[in-house]
Amino acid sequence: MAERMGFFTDTSVCIGCKACEVACKEWNQIPDDGFVFEATSYDNTGMLGASTWRHVAFIEQSRPVAVGGDEGVDRWLMSSDVCKHCTRAACLDVCPTGALFRTEFDTVVVQADICNGCGYCVPACPYGVIDRREGDGRAWKCTMCYDRQRGGLEPACSKACPTDSIQFGPLDELRERAEQRVARLRADGNERARLYGESPDDGVGGTGAFFLLLDEPEVYGLPPDPVVTTRDLPAMWGWAGAAALSAAGAVALAFLRTGERR
Amino acid sequence: MAECHPVGFQWVMEAKARGAKVFHVDPRFTRTSALADRHLPIRAGSDIVLLGALINHVLANELDFREYVLAYTNAASLVSEDFRDTEDLDGLFSGWDPETATYDPRSWAYESTPEGRPSEQAEGGARHAKTAGPDTYGARGAAVHPSPPTDPTLTHPRCVYQIVKRHFARYTPELVEQLCGIPRDDFAELAEAITANSGRERTTAWVYSVGWTQHSVGAQYIRTASILQLLLGNMGRPGGGILALRGHASIQGSTDIPTLFNILPGYLDMPDAGRHEGLDHYLELEGGSTGFWGNRRAYLVSLLKAWWGEAATEENDFCFGHLPRMTGDHGHYTTVMNQIDGIVKGYFVVGENPVVGSSGGRAQRLGLANLDWLVVRDLALVETATFWLDGPELETGELRTEDIGTEVFFLPAASHVEKEGTFTNTQRLLQWREKAVDPSGDCRSELWFYYHLGKLIRRRLTDDEIDRPVRELTWDYPELGVHGEPSAEAVLREINGVGPDGRALSSTSQLRADGSTTCGCWIYCGVYADEVNQAARRRPRREQSAVAPEWGWAWPANRRILYNRASADPEGRPWSERKAYVWWDAERGEWTGHDVPDCEIGKPPGYVPPEGAFAQDALAGTDPFIMQSDGKGWLYVPLGLVDGPLPAHYEPHESPVANPLYAQQANPARHTYNRPESPYNAPDGRFPYVLTTYRLTEHHTAGAMSRPLAYLAELQPELFCEVSPRLAAEAGLTNGGWATIVTSRAVVEARVLVTGRMRPLRLGGVIVHQVGLPYHWGWGGGGLVTGDVTNDLTPLVLDPNVYIQEGKAMTCDVRPGRRPRGPAALDLLERYRRG
Repeated sequence: MAERMGFFTDTSVCIGCKACEVACKEWNQIPDDGFVFEATSYDNTGMLGASTWRHVAFIEQSRPVAVGGDEGVDRWLMSSDVCKHCTRAACLDVCPTGALFRTEFDTVVVQADICNGCGYCVPACPYGVIDRREGDGRAWKCTMCYDRQRGGLEPACSKACPTDSIQFGPLDELRERAEQRVARLRADGNERARLYGESPDDGVGGTGAFFLLLDEPEVYGLPPDPVVTTRDLPAMWGWAGAAALSAAGAVALAFLRTGERR
Repeated sequence: MAECHPVGFQWVMEAKARGAKVFHVDPRFTRTSALADRHLPIRAGSDIVLLGALINHVLANELDFREYVLAYTNAASLVSEDFRDTEDLDGLFSGWDPETATYDPRSWAYESTPEGRPSEQAEGGARHAKTAGPDTYGARGAAVHPSPPTDPTLTHPRCVYQIVKRHFARYTPELVEQLCGIPRDDFAELAEAITANSGRERTTAWVYSVGWTQHSVGAQYIRTASILQLLLGNMGRPGGGILALRGHASIQGSTDIPTLFNILPGYLDMPDAGRHEGLDHYLELEGGSTGFWGNRRAYLVSLLKAWWGEAATEENDFCFGHLPRMTGDHGHYTTVMNQIDGIVKGYFVVGENPVVGSSGGRAQRLGLANLDWLVVRDLALVETATFWLDGPELETGELRTEDIGTEVFFLPAASHVEKEGTFTNTQRLLQWREKAVDPSGDCRSELWFYYHLGKLIRRRLTDDEIDRPVRELTWDYPELGVHGEPSAEAVLREINGVGPDGRALSSTSQLRADGSTTCGCWIYCGVYADEVNQAARRRPRREQSAVAPEWGWAWPANRRILYNRASADPEGRPWSERKAYVWWDAERGEWTGHDVPDCEIGKPPGYVPPEGAFAQDALAGTDPFIMQSDGKGWLYVPLGLVDGPLPAHYEPHESPVANPLYAQQANPARHTYNRPESPYNAPDGRFPYVLTTYRLTEHHTAGAMSRPLAYLAELQPELFCEVSPRLAAEAGLTNGGWATIVTSRAVVEARVLVTGRMRPLRLGGVIVHQVGLPYHWGWGGGGLVTGDVTNDLTPLVLDPNVYIQEGKAMTCDVRPGRRPRGPAALDLLERYRRG
């Protein structure tokens, strides 16, 4: 397998231009999401889904300002969310057809021609990323531009990002760069700056797409402590196996006893 | 900047990463504010107060870069005894004529010298006001005496330094708080930051866009910033300057090779029917003989040779008589009024959608409806081409399709990826574009259209004298491909110009006034040097110096920072190691450095011009502003502006606030159109809020390039207004609901976005609310998303220097709910007009 590739999304330099959303849709030929004014800051695409593989969140944070005790926004957080490409990917675990697979870049990709639309992956994702497309039925999500990577190109979103908020590269290098960046931000007084998803010790074994956040993950709509939903599966299989064995044993025993009666 | 120039904003982020402090001054908290160190909310239309107070802060505390100011600006020049300031005349400068509503600038002149005044100054100001003459001065510099009397001690009461100091003395932090709504502490932080970050070791840059220009005092906004930057020594130096961000690709290019009515390529004046008799007379009137504009005969003759070739000879004034003549104001808005009045009969609209993108949409449409013919060239069937079929006036019953006689021709255009050519950006950088794909169907480039239209017209010409100018034009570019696309490189080479040997010229200094050289735009001379398309160079920045001279080509002479002589001290040494840029190498006897020096390479710093010297020879070795006839940066403008030699704060034409500085409320010289098609808001309480307009990252201008694209349209699908929670409560608006915005021009409906990013401002004891409206929507245009036209609300009031509309600050009312339909909309409008 080649080196593990990933995204480092540094939200501290995101300017909310949405070039990533557009570049992603252009390259991957994703349909539009409808034309609905959501009245939620500058976000009209809502969330990641079957037809939105990059999504920029806009969070307006207010504090009281001088005039008349009104609240005034003094921080506008912007963050481009994407599939996390988990080390331990539940979507992949539950896929019965093998449509979801782990690539040579250690990313997780759905093969549209194999997906049968069962939808097991949808509730399996701890981040709510993967989704089935209405009218199509199949599951869709970010491929980290698998086709571009195969051709030696970086993904469309990071290529289009004007401020390098989205960085693409070998995951180890990105983690190192991110550590330095977060240290600098903290030194500059951004006490709540943190990395999200970079640790191999977290509930999904670390993510291939990780983030630098300026506030708690919940502020961005991200789960604070994501856990691979199939974490308990081996144990569950164990218990189920044991239960099956004991049931079988009980049945056998019953027959044995029946035999004894004979 | 993040909002409208996200790609350019990466460099601001890079500067920030290297320790730059970023302030953002804007009525709204935008995506730029989000990334800035500090956001200062300001009332739209009050920036001269803020900038003026910064000037006052610098002068009152003697924080100016004195050595720079003394050597490189006109601070020491003495001004005429006849000059009176706005401080003396309660808001008017001397020379005001209430009858004509124009200034006579004669009293603004430098103290006269025995030679008297240059002829154009004697001519007075009326004609400047008539044809936006000062627009052309922007580059070419007015003719003032090269060496007026001076006081190097800067203590003479009539020296520019003292005049400027007195003029801005009342622009205090208290006034900033009262008029801009910026608290004193925030102002102090800004003032401290920019002064601490200026001087020998450091420089500060100001970046602006149409937030500064679209005002009835727009040119004076920029002037105020110029004064501040000159006082702080931030011009002509790396990291300094006043950076204008343009609104479209190559808008800089469209003034260099102009689409404006009053200038020729390279900022030469368009001849005026009433003023110019012939070539000599024109050259005599249009500018001084000192500074680089002194060579304008060579520039103009070379242009005429490029256009009329062999036909242009010394005997016939090089066909100067073939040039069109102005007969007055032919600007955009006056042209619209002339359409309504039946004077203008035909109209070309190319790559523009004025019924959505220009101010006063209703007047625009009424003008179009009164034409004989209209040609629209665009990528999509824009609203300007369909106003007769589905325009808002049909709904209200003001117009009926069957009554509109305008014959409309729609011609599909090729997009920027379907043709080759150059873009000139705000840094004056020409960058060549390759064609990626052929245009589809009947789509053609503008170059193709005009070239072949010209060929068709020329086939129909007669031997009549009236046809001679077009008959004699050089009109012969190589044609490429099946459609006969003219070679854009051949056009660029013609713009560059050729010498007597037929080879491409390499610099402007080779241009001659005897007809031996041709040049389509003198400032672009060198873009095809050595027969190479220099604009197509793409050497990566990692492979060259930080100035990156081999990426594209910048006019003039591939110079990346203008007036960079000022980056060295008067003796020619860098002001500091840190800010070294170009310097005098005494051993080699020439200027050298990281960039192309913006002075004559062999002129020593100690050069003193002899009496009666001409053009660049009349400038001293210490004069960096070589396009000015005195070589100085102007803190005070003795000639060239129609609304005063210094910026003064005037309220926007429509403002909820009285001007506390002067009895004169608004710019007295502003252009207004008192017409029923576009009336103004009454200054009483009917329109209590400030309205400002702007763009969003997700859309492009009037929407023709973004509304038809699903991936952009879905990101901002509807017109919305931004209001503060407090205004929403006051006006009864709910987030996600509808609002109707009213001015005396129109009623427009928009979805409501209630946001703390809009803050009410406390001005004196009064709370002033601002309403924000982007302007990308229209009713059609092939758009997947549609909406009302924001620019139907904006007034037709113009800056008198450059004729730009006041689209950034006006008054309005806001009501909850959707607007009335049909004639009921007119009834509502009528109620507001009558009060």
